[in-house]
Amino acid sequence: MMNQTEQSLLARIGETRFACVELQLYLDTHPEDADARNDFNCYANALERLQAEYADTYGPLENFGSCPHDAGSWVYQKWPWMK
Amino acid sequence: MWIYEKRLEYPVRITRPDPRMAKLLMAQYGGPDSELGAGLRYLTQRYSMPDDRVRAALTDIGTEEIAHWEMIATMITQCMQGASLEELTAAGLDGYYTMHGNGVFPADPNGVPFTTSYIACTGDPIADLSEDMAAEQKARATYEHLMNLTNNSQIIEPLYFLREREIVHYQRFGECLEIVQAIRNGRSAPSCRCSRRRY
Repeated sequence: MMNQTEQSLLARIGETRFACVELQLYLDTHPEDADARNDFNCYANALERLQAEYADTYGPLENFGSCPHDAGSWVYQKWPWMK
Repeated sequence: MWIYEKRLEYPVRITRPDPRMAKLLMAQYGGPDSELGAGLRYLTQRYSMPDDRVRAALTDIGTEEIAHWEMIATMITQCMQGASLEELTAAGLDGYYTMHGNGVFPADPNGVPFTTSYIACTGDPIADLSEDMAAEQKARATYEHLMNLTNNSQIIEPLYFLREREIVHYQRFGECLEIVQAIRNGRSAPSCRCSRRRY
Protein backbone atom coordinates (compact mmCIF):
# COMPACT_ATOMS: atom_id res chain seq x y z
CA MET A 1 0.00 0.00 0.00
CA MET A 2 1.35 3.43 -0.95
CA ASN A 3 1.84 6.02 1.74
CA GLN A 4 0.19 9.42 1.52
CA THR A 5 3.35 11.30 0.56
CA GLU A 6 3.90 8.98 -2.40
CA GLN A 7 0.25 9.22 -3.42
CA SER A 8 0.25 13.01 -3.34
CA LEU A 9 3.52 13.18 -5.29
CA LEU A 10 2.05 10.82 -7.91
CA ALA A 11 -1.08 12.97 -8.07
CA ARG A 12 1.06 16.08 -8.73
CA ILE A 13 2.97 14.20 -11.44
CA GLY A 14 -0.37 13.15 -12.95
CA GLU A 15 -1.70 16.72 -12.98
CA THR A 16 1.50 18.16 -14.42
CA ARG A 17 1.80 15.43 -17.05
CA PHE A 18 -1.81 16.05 -18.02
CA ALA A 19 -1.12 19.77 -18.52
CA CYS A 20 1.80 18.77 -20.79
CA VAL A 21 -0.34 16.31 -22.78
CA GLU A 22 -3.08 18.89 -23.27
CA LEU A 23 -0.68 21.68 -24.26
CA GLN A 24 1.22 19.36 -26.61
CA LEU A 25 -2.01 18.44 -28.44
CA TYR A 26 -2.82 22.14 -28.78
CA LEU A 27 0.70 22.88 -30.01
CA ASP A 28 0.40 20.11 -32.62
CA THR A 29 -2.07 22.26 -34.54
CA HIS A 30 -0.80 25.67 -33.29
CA PRO A 31 3.00 25.26 -33.16
CA GLU A 32 3.66 29.01 -33.41
CA ASP A 33 1.52 30.05 -30.42
CA ALA A 34 4.07 31.71 -28.11
CA ASP A 35 1.83 31.71 -25.02
CA ALA A 36 1.16 28.00 -25.33
CA ARG A 37 4.86 27.26 -25.90
CA ASN A 38 5.74 29.21 -22.79
CA ASP A 39 3.07 27.39 -20.72
CA PHE A 40 4.28 24.05 -22.08
CA ASN A 41 7.89 24.81 -21.11
CA CYS A 42 6.87 25.77 -17.55
CA TYR A 43 4.90 22.55 -17.06
CA ALA A 44 7.58 20.41 -18.74
CA ASN A 45 10.25 21.81 -16.39
CA ALA A 46 8.02 21.22 -13.37
CA LEU A 47 7.33 17.66 -14.54
CA GLU A 48 11.03 16.94 -14.90
CA ARG A 49 11.65 18.10 -11.32
CA LEU A 50 8.74 16.09 -9.91
CA GLN A 51 9.74 12.93 -11.77
CA ALA A 52 13.34 13.26 -10.54
CA GLU A 53 12.05 13.71 -6.98
CA TYR A 54 9.85 10.62 -7.34
CA ALA A 55 12.66 8.54 -8.83
CA ASP A 56 15.08 9.54 -6.03
CA THR A 57 12.68 8.35 -3.34
CA TYR A 58 10.57 5.57 -4.85
CA GLY A 59 12.27 4.50 -8.10
CA PRO A 60 11.74 5.33 -11.79
CA LEU A 61 8.31 5.61 -13.44
CA GLU A 62 9.80 4.98 -16.88
CA ASN A 63 12.23 2.30 -17.99
CA PHE A 64 14.19 2.20 -21.28
CA GLY A 65 17.19 3.93 -19.77
CA SER A 66 15.48 7.27 -19.32
CA CYS A 67 16.27 7.31 -15.63
CA PRO A 68 19.74 6.82 -14.11
CA HIS A 69 18.53 4.34 -11.49
CA ASP A 70 18.76 0.61 -11.16
CA ALA A 71 16.58 -0.66 -14.02
CA GLY A 72 15.69 -3.74 -12.00
CA SER A 73 13.79 -1.73 -9.41
CA TRP A 74 11.27 -0.62 -12.05
CA VAL A 75 10.15 -4.24 -12.42
CA TYR A 76 8.93 -4.52 -8.83
CA GLN A 77 7.09 -1.22 -8.53
CA LYS A 78 3.33 -1.52 -8.35
CA TRP A 79 1.52 -1.92 -11.71
CA PRO A 80 -1.03 0.81 -12.38
CA TRP A 81 -4.01 -1.55 -12.75
CA MET A 82 -3.46 -3.08 -9.30
CA LYS A 83 -5.45 -1.76 -6.36
CA MET B 1 9.58 4.23 -30.74
CA TRP B 2 7.38 4.40 -27.67
CA ILE B 3 8.20 4.69 -23.98
CA TYR B 4 5.97 3.27 -21.26
CA GLU B 5 5.19 5.21 -18.10
CA LYS B 6 4.12 3.01 -15.18
CA ARG B 7 1.15 5.16 -14.26
CA LEU B 8 -2.43 5.67 -15.49
CA GLU B 9 -3.30 8.94 -17.25
CA TYR B 10 -6.13 9.38 -14.73
CA PRO B 11 -6.46 7.35 -11.51
CA VAL B 12 -8.81 4.34 -11.39
CA ARG B 13 -9.74 2.68 -8.12
CA ILE B 14 -12.88 0.51 -8.06
CA THR B 15 -13.14 -1.14 -4.65
CA ARG B 16 -16.23 -3.38 -5.06
CA PRO B 17 -16.92 -6.01 -7.76
CA ASP B 18 -19.25 -4.73 -10.50
CA PRO B 19 -19.37 -7.46 -13.19
CA ARG B 20 -22.32 -5.84 -14.96
CA MET B 21 -20.25 -2.72 -15.64
CA ALA B 22 -17.19 -4.86 -16.50
CA LYS B 23 -19.25 -6.28 -19.35
CA LEU B 24 -20.59 -2.92 -20.54
CA LEU B 25 -17.17 -1.21 -20.38
CA MET B 26 -15.94 -3.69 -23.01
CA ALA B 27 -17.66 -1.41 -25.58
CA GLN B 28 -14.76 1.02 -25.10
CA TYR B 29 -12.13 -1.73 -24.84
CA GLY B 30 -12.84 -3.88 -27.90
CA GLY B 31 -15.87 -2.39 -29.69
CA PRO B 32 -15.92 -0.50 -33.02
CA ASP B 33 -15.49 2.92 -31.34
CA SER B 34 -13.19 1.60 -28.63
CA GLU B 35 -9.98 3.20 -27.42
CA LEU B 36 -8.10 0.34 -29.12
CA GLY B 37 -9.79 1.11 -32.44
CA ALA B 38 -9.12 4.83 -32.02
CA GLY B 39 -5.43 4.39 -31.17
CA LEU B 40 -4.75 2.01 -34.07
CA ARG B 41 -6.82 4.12 -36.49
CA TYR B 42 -4.94 7.37 -35.79
CA LEU B 43 -1.47 5.84 -35.66
CA THR B 44 -2.20 3.98 -38.93
CA GLN B 45 -3.47 7.05 -40.79
CA ARG B 46 -0.35 9.17 -40.16
CA TYR B 47 1.61 7.95 -43.18
CA SER B 48 -0.66 9.47 -45.83
CA MET B 49 -1.10 12.89 -44.18
CA PRO B 50 0.29 15.91 -46.08
CA ASP B 51 1.18 18.23 -43.16
CA ASP B 52 3.49 18.04 -40.14
CA ARG B 53 0.85 19.43 -37.77
CA VAL B 54 -1.63 16.73 -38.77
CA ARG B 55 0.99 13.98 -38.46
CA ALA B 56 1.84 15.34 -34.99
CA ALA B 57 -1.78 15.46 -33.84
CA LEU B 58 -2.45 11.89 -35.04
CA THR B 59 0.71 10.67 -33.30
CA ASP B 60 -0.08 12.32 -29.97
CA ILE B 61 -3.81 11.60 -29.95
CA GLY B 62 -3.17 7.98 -31.04
CA THR B 63 -0.68 7.64 -28.20
CA GLU B 64 -3.13 9.09 -25.66
CA GLU B 65 -5.79 6.61 -26.82
CA ILE B 66 -3.49 3.74 -25.89
CA ALA B 67 -3.25 5.25 -22.39
CA HIS B 68 -7.08 5.40 -22.32
CA TRP B 69 -7.20 1.75 -23.41
CA GLU B 70 -5.09 0.91 -20.36
CA MET B 71 -7.51 2.87 -18.14
CA ILE B 72 -10.50 0.91 -19.51
CA ALA B 73 -8.65 -2.40 -19.04
CA THR B 74 -7.92 -1.36 -15.45
CA MET B 75 -11.60 -0.57 -14.88
CA ILE B 76 -12.70 -3.93 -16.35
CA THR B 77 -10.19 -5.97 -14.36
CA GLN B 78 -11.04 -4.15 -11.11
CA CYS B 79 -14.80 -4.59 -11.73
CA MET B 80 -14.31 -8.37 -12.18
CA GLN B 81 -11.91 -8.75 -9.26
CA GLY B 82 -13.57 -10.55 -6.34
CA ALA B 83 -16.77 -11.37 -8.26
CA SER B 84 -17.98 -14.96 -7.72
CA LEU B 85 -18.78 -17.23 -10.66
CA GLU B 86 -22.46 -16.83 -9.74
CA GLU B 87 -22.14 -13.04 -9.95
CA LEU B 88 -20.28 -13.24 -13.28
CA THR B 89 -23.00 -15.58 -14.61
CA ALA B 90 -25.78 -13.28 -13.38
CA ALA B 91 -24.08 -10.39 -15.22
CA GLY B 92 -24.04 -12.42 -18.44
CA LEU B 93 -20.29 -13.02 -18.34
CA ASP B 94 -20.40 -16.84 -18.16
CA GLY B 95 -19.65 -17.17 -21.89
CA TYR B 96 -16.83 -14.65 -21.55
CA TYR B 97 -15.44 -16.50 -18.51
CA THR B 98 -15.52 -19.79 -20.41
CA MET B 99 -13.30 -18.40 -23.15
CA HIS B 100 -11.17 -15.79 -21.36
CA GLY B 101 -11.33 -16.46 -17.61
CA ASN B 102 -10.31 -13.29 -15.80
CA GLY B 103 -8.27 -12.09 -18.78
CA VAL B 104 -9.17 -8.78 -20.42
CA PHE B 105 -9.84 -9.73 -24.05
CA PRO B 106 -10.74 -7.07 -26.66
CA ALA B 107 -14.37 -7.84 -27.45
CA ASP B 108 -17.54 -5.75 -27.18
CA PRO B 109 -20.23 -6.31 -24.48
CA ASN B 110 -22.01 -8.76 -26.80
CA GLY B 111 -18.87 -10.87 -27.17
CA VAL B 112 -18.02 -9.75 -30.71
CA PRO B 113 -14.21 -9.78 -30.90
CA PHE B 114 -12.23 -6.73 -32.01
CA THR B 115 -11.44 -6.65 -35.73
CA THR B 116 -9.13 -4.45 -37.83
CA SER B 117 -12.07 -3.53 -40.06
CA TYR B 118 -12.86 -1.01 -37.28
CA ILE B 119 -9.74 1.03 -38.11
CA ALA B 120 -10.67 2.89 -41.28
CA CYS B 121 -7.74 4.08 -43.40
CA THR B 122 -8.65 5.29 -46.89
CA GLY B 123 -5.37 7.12 -47.51
CA ASP B 124 -7.44 10.22 -48.28
CA PRO B 125 -6.69 12.90 -45.64
CA ILE B 126 -10.14 14.53 -45.76
CA ALA B 127 -12.00 11.21 -45.60
CA ASP B 128 -9.79 9.93 -42.79
CA LEU B 129 -10.00 13.09 -40.66
CA SER B 130 -13.79 13.22 -41.12
CA GLU B 131 -13.88 9.60 -39.95
CA ASP B 132 -11.77 10.57 -36.91
CA MET B 133 -14.10 13.40 -35.94
CA ALA B 134 -17.07 11.02 -36.16
CA ALA B 135 -15.16 8.42 -34.13
CA GLU B 136 -14.59 10.94 -31.31
CA GLN B 137 -18.30 11.82 -31.23
CA LYS B 138 -19.31 8.13 -31.24
CA ALA B 139 -16.96 7.47 -28.32
CA ARG B 140 -18.37 10.51 -26.47
CA ALA B 141 -21.91 9.16 -26.96
CA THR B 142 -20.82 5.72 -25.72
CA TYR B 143 -19.28 7.25 -22.58
CA GLU B 144 -22.54 9.09 -21.91
CA HIS B 145 -24.51 5.85 -22.33
CA LEU B 146 -22.16 4.11 -19.91
CA MET B 147 -22.54 6.92 -17.34
CA ASN B 148 -26.35 6.66 -17.70
CA LEU B 149 -26.16 2.95 -16.86
CA THR B 150 -24.47 3.19 -13.44
CA ASN B 151 -24.60 5.06 -10.13
CA ASN B 152 -21.12 3.86 -9.16
CA SER B 153 -19.11 7.08 -8.65
CA GLN B 154 -15.81 5.17 -8.79
CA ILE B 155 -16.73 4.29 -12.39
CA ILE B 156 -18.41 7.57 -13.38
CA GLU B 157 -15.43 9.74 -12.41
CA PRO B 158 -12.84 8.23 -14.82
CA LEU B 159 -15.56 7.97 -17.51
CA TYR B 160 -16.19 11.69 -17.12
CA PHE B 161 -12.49 12.36 -17.71
CA LEU B 162 -12.46 10.10 -20.79
CA ARG B 163 -15.58 11.77 -22.20
CA GLU B 164 -13.90 15.18 -21.90
CA ARG B 165 -10.87 13.93 -23.82
CA GLU B 166 -13.12 12.90 -26.75
CA ILE B 167 -14.30 16.50 -26.98
CA VAL B 168 -10.75 17.91 -26.98
CA HIS B 169 -9.63 15.38 -29.61
CA TYR B 170 -12.64 16.28 -31.78
CA GLN B 171 -11.57 19.94 -31.60
CA ARG B 172 -7.98 19.12 -32.64
CA PHE B 173 -9.15 16.91 -35.54
CA GLY B 174 -11.42 19.75 -36.70
CA GLU B 175 -8.33 21.96 -36.92
CA CYS B 176 -6.47 19.21 -38.80
CA LEU B 177 -9.34 19.00 -41.30
CA GLU B 178 -9.14 22.78 -41.88
CA ILE B 179 -5.41 22.44 -42.55
CA VAL B 180 -5.77 19.67 -45.17
CA GLN B 181 -8.76 21.36 -46.82
CA ALA B 182 -6.68 24.52 -47.23
CA ILE B 183 -3.87 22.49 -48.77
CA ARG B 184 -6.26 20.75 -51.17
CA ASN B 185 -7.81 24.07 -52.21
CA GLY B 186 -4.39 25.49 -52.97
CA ARG B 187 -4.67 28.07 -50.21
CA SER B 188 -1.89 28.44 -47.75
CA ALA B 189 -2.62 26.49 -44.59
CA PRO B 190 -4.39 28.53 -41.92
CA SER B 191 -2.11 30.50 -39.67
CA CYS B 192 -1.19 28.84 -36.43
CA ARG B 193 -1.57 32.06 -34.51
CA CYS B 194 -4.89 32.50 -32.88
CA SER B 195 -6.31 35.33 -30.89
CA ARG B 196 -8.35 33.11 -28.58
CA ARG B 197 -6.89 30.49 -26.26
CA ARG B 198 -8.39 27.11 -27.08
CA TYR B 199 -6.87 24.80 -24.51
